[in-house]
Amino acid sequence: MQLMSERITRDEVAHVADLARLALSSDELDRFTTQLSDVLEHAADVEALDLSDVEPMAHPLPLVNVLRPDAIVRSVDRDAVLAEAPDVEEDQFRVPTILGDQP
Amino acid sequence: MRATELAEAVRSGERSATEVLDEYLERIEKRNAELNAFVHLDEDRARARAAAIDETVAAGQDPGPLAGVPVALKDNMCRAGEPTTCGSRILGDWRPPFDATVTSRLSAAGAVIVGKTNMDEFAMGSSTENSAYGPTRNPHDISRVPGGSSGGSAASVAADLVPLALGSDTGGSIRQPAAFCGVVGVKPTYGAVSRYGLVAFASSLDQIGPLAANVADSALCLDVIAGHDPLDSTSVPDHFVPVSPAVDAGVEGMRIGFVSQLGSGSDGVGGIDPEIDAAAKRAATALEEAGATVGEASIPASVYGLSAYYLIAPAEASSNLARYDGVRYGARVDAKTTAEMMVATRTAGFGDEVKRRIMLGTYALSAGYYDAYYDKAQRVRTLMAREFASAYESFDVLISPTAPTAAFKLGERTADPMTMYVNDVCTIPANLTGDPAMSVPFGNNSAGLPIGVQVIAPALGEFDMFRVAGAIEEALR
Repeated sequence: MQLMSERITRDEVAHVADLARLALSSDELDRFTTQLSDVLEHAADVEALDLSDVEPMAHPLPLVNVLRPDAIVRSVDRDAVLAEAPDVEEDQFRVPTILGDQP
Repeated sequence: MRATELAEAVRSGERSATEVLDEYLERIEKRNAELNAFVHLDEDRARARAAAIDETVAAGQDPGPLAGVPVALKDNMCRAGEPTTCGSRILGDWRPPFDATVTSRLSAAGAVIVGKTNMDEFAMGSSTENSAYGPTRNPHDISRVPGGSSGGSAASVAADLVPLALGSDTGGSIRQPAAFCGVVGVKPTYGAVSRYGLVAFASSLDQIGPLAANVADSALCLDVIAGHDPLDSTSVPDHFVPVSPAVDAGVEGMRIGFVSQLGSGSDGVGGIDPEIDAAAKRAATALEEAGATVGEASIPASVYGLSAYYLIAPAEASSNLARYDGVRYGARVDAKTTAEMMVATRTAGFGDEVKRRIMLGTYALSAGYYDAYYDKAQRVRTLMAREFASAYESFDVLISPTAPTAAFKLGERTADPMTMYVNDVCTIPANLTGDPAMSVPFGNNSAGLPIGVQVIAPALGEFDMFRVAGAIEEALR
């Protein structure tokens, strides 16, 4: 018997969480697996439709390539933006080490 | 007092903006602890602003159509220098360095912004219980939710803590709380109101709109905030036709369709409370008596709306919320490496509902599932738009219930996400198509809780939508 909770497996939820940069506890993994399966189970009605002759719609408006005139205008002040950052050094965002050990 | 009357009284010098503000601040002081509608008040700035408006009037100048009207912003709209939390912990004490376009338009029209209202985290929810700052309560019955995600804005208007508030609507987040709280809530045409400075949830669905105690006030507010904005590339370039004159224009000769699938019939979406269905049908009868012709409209794809929405919105959210990584703004949880810091920040910063939707969206967009879920949902969107276009050949405007039930109890639906999601079943279609839609109060149910009727119009058909909304309101008088 295909269990409802098999619409998305626990391993798949763990993989998706990893891709989305989220750490889940074992309990959370169980709970989210059941809950996400329920939503995907509901979405089975859409999955079952044959819509090969219907174009996908990404956006409700018929607007494409919206460009403004190429003129210099005032933008948001850099110092004001940096003032709200968690860590800043020499006018740049500072983050912990990216590769290997601390320099 | 109505916002339209308040503005008139301030413009004519009959009342001062300062006196009006004091009156509202006093009410906020009295009731906010119980309701938790506001998460942040900007009292000093509001007082300074009111004083400046009074000076403008004293100098013989006109401060604008919203002169001295206190307004609340949902806490996902930016106002320079004021906290903008989106009901989340992840933005920490971040203060935006710029104003949203709606913020600057309200200010330019003479409004006095008093603060920010509570919301479901990143607008994901239908009860305002997903806020990191605690739930908001429904002023009609504080054991019940105000709806969501713009629950703080709806509750603040319903309790008369402000005459006007802005909300955002991605799947019903203005209209459903408006229905639950007995106020008017408007989701304009996608692109009619600039989204610049609105924190993005699902970019192809999000739209800002007003919540107000009556149709005329919501019209006045929409006329101020609508219109093209070069800072938003999805802003509609067409001139926005002001809707205030539509409110009293009547519905003589209009063709109005009741969307049968959004009623309690067997071919429908299911779960519509018969009492609410009956109220919407009474509204239809009232419109007929006011001179409109009413018939049955059919949007068969409505039954797939919920599924399509809960694939598309999470997919777009998973992409939009990737930016909260602790690098450029908001909270950061320190860790040895940047990758670990991002995981720690996002894990601590997001609540469960946001995590669920990010994961659902990531999954729906991933290789192997994209065609089955996301692509299919986008095709449903086209199917639905075609069916609406065909309905609009026979009808000028469509009506339906706004929400399947009246306000439910706090905690009643938090355990199972699907029971929460079905709240949006009547409101989602207009987000998927981009059409304007609004909720108008139409009496109470047998338990004394407010009921809302939804009016849906073709894209940029706000004028006709407000004619019908005005007539529905008039029928109750």
